[in-house]
Amino acid sequence: MATLTEAKPDAALSNDEILRYSRHLIMPEVGMEGQQKLKAAKVLCIGAGGLGSPLALYLTAAGVGTLGIVDFDVVDYTNLQRQIIHSTDDVGRKKLDSASDKLKAINPYLNLRPFDMKLTSANALDLFREFDIVADGTDNFPTRYLVNDACVLTGKPNVYGSIFRFEGQASVFATEEGPCYRCLYPEPPPPGLVPSCAEGGVLGILPGLIGVIQATETIKLILGQGDSLAGRLLLVDALGMKFRELKLRKNPDCPVCGTHRTITQLIDYDQFCGIRGQEEPAGNDIPAISVEELKKKLDAKADVFILDVREPHEYQICNLKGYLIPVGDLPKRVNELDSSREIVAHCKMGGRSAKAVNFLRRAGFTKVYNLTGGITAWAERIDPKMPKY
Amino acid sequence: MPQIQIPSPLRQYSGKQASVAVPATTVGEALAVLVTQHPDLKRHLYTEEGKLRAFVNVYVNDEDMRYLQKEATALNDGDTISIVPSIAGGCC
Repeated sequence: MATLTEAKPDAALSNDEILRYSRHLIMPEVGMEGQQKLKAAKVLCIGAGGLGSPLALYLTAAGVGTLGIVDFDVVDYTNLQRQIIHSTDDVGRKKLDSASDKLKAINPYLNLRPFDMKLTSANALDLFREFDIVADGTDNFPTRYLVNDACVLTGKPNVYGSIFRFEGQASVFATEEGPCYRCLYPEPPPPGLVPSCAEGGVLGILPGLIGVIQATETIKLILGQGDSLAGRLLLVDALGMKFRELKLRKNPDCPVCGTHRTITQLIDYDQFCGIRGQEEPAGNDIPAISVEELKKKLDAKADVFILDVREPHEYQICNLKGYLIPVGDLPKRVNELDSSREIVAHCKMGGRSAKAVNFLRRAGFTKVYNLTGGITAWAERIDPKMPKY
Repeated sequence: MPQIQIPSPLRQYSGKQASVAVPATTVGEALAVLVTQHPDLKRHLYTEEGKLRAFVNVYVNDEDMRYLQKEATALNDGDTISIVPSIAGGCC
């Protein structure tokens, strides 16, 4: 495997560094030369979240000399179950500030370059050119395609990891000979068809597993050791605890790395992926009701039928004593509903219930409304004692 | 019988099954049997025009069927078909 960085004289190690990295230095696969390559290496980590946490922590501990991190987010309580670089005391702080404290505490020799911004088509190319390797820890399709295309265009390997519930994927894309992310997936799914982690959940340990695999691949690329995941897609199933791998091929028709390239500069990735709301498909034309209006109706003992379209395990966390039919079961259970009554449908945030309202309207229900903001809005504005999740 | 591995995002449409045995001799047949048994899967795997969606990859054992004979790829007993949809999560 080609080595990305050559050991440079200015990467010479001090006696303190030699002591710190001694378990690396006594291995022939790393040794002094490898450790100096690590010190000379510049890795850019996109995101300081679930995948970014183990990535940044291990790369820093291992002695990667320059680590860039791009993130504009703020730590919140729901992050702490998996984003182990952040602590409870960091809630409300910028993820970059929180991550910087931890990383500098682990390794004061780190040259940390925080980028407090959103990665965009306007800034990605210039940024990537300053680094040797890009590690992708993002959480959405537009940024995935942006990272991939920018890596191909700048010739930087893209160390890829992705997670959902109990499953993860990892690979190395956009090496000189290897396939890119678009060779594997030419197009993203249409918005709304695949749930995000915020909707679908993720086992807290999973980004740890996948992020550590990404860190391993990054370090192997720097050292020029071993067989990288380039050309292979590693699938991790944590429930079955099975690791499988699939062969990946460079697609000769790939629009960005194939023989007849149609993408030679960065595009508008939100447009390419169809802008993906948090959980909300464009729902302006869906009849809706606010949590305040619903409260008024309930207080006035109006005849309102509350339809909860979440899953049973969500109902157990908190509920409005609604009638539970998960949105996926609605088509076969629609006969349980009385179309003459006023129905207010809700879910967690309002996305799934918007789909339910759409479905019921098409099925002939005329008095059905979507609860804007879902039970989360109810917990925030009507009943502060209700747990949020 | 060949087995089709269902990834977790799609298991809610396959009666929660992780793996479905299908009596079929080609990949195309196997997928057709699958969506007949589990009709809710259909719109997640196929477009309205009946084409396999671009973000759903189908592997026979460890090979992408696009580089075999696509839907006409022959199946043997004991072959594993994997449906590998793209997932985006990193959970920032």
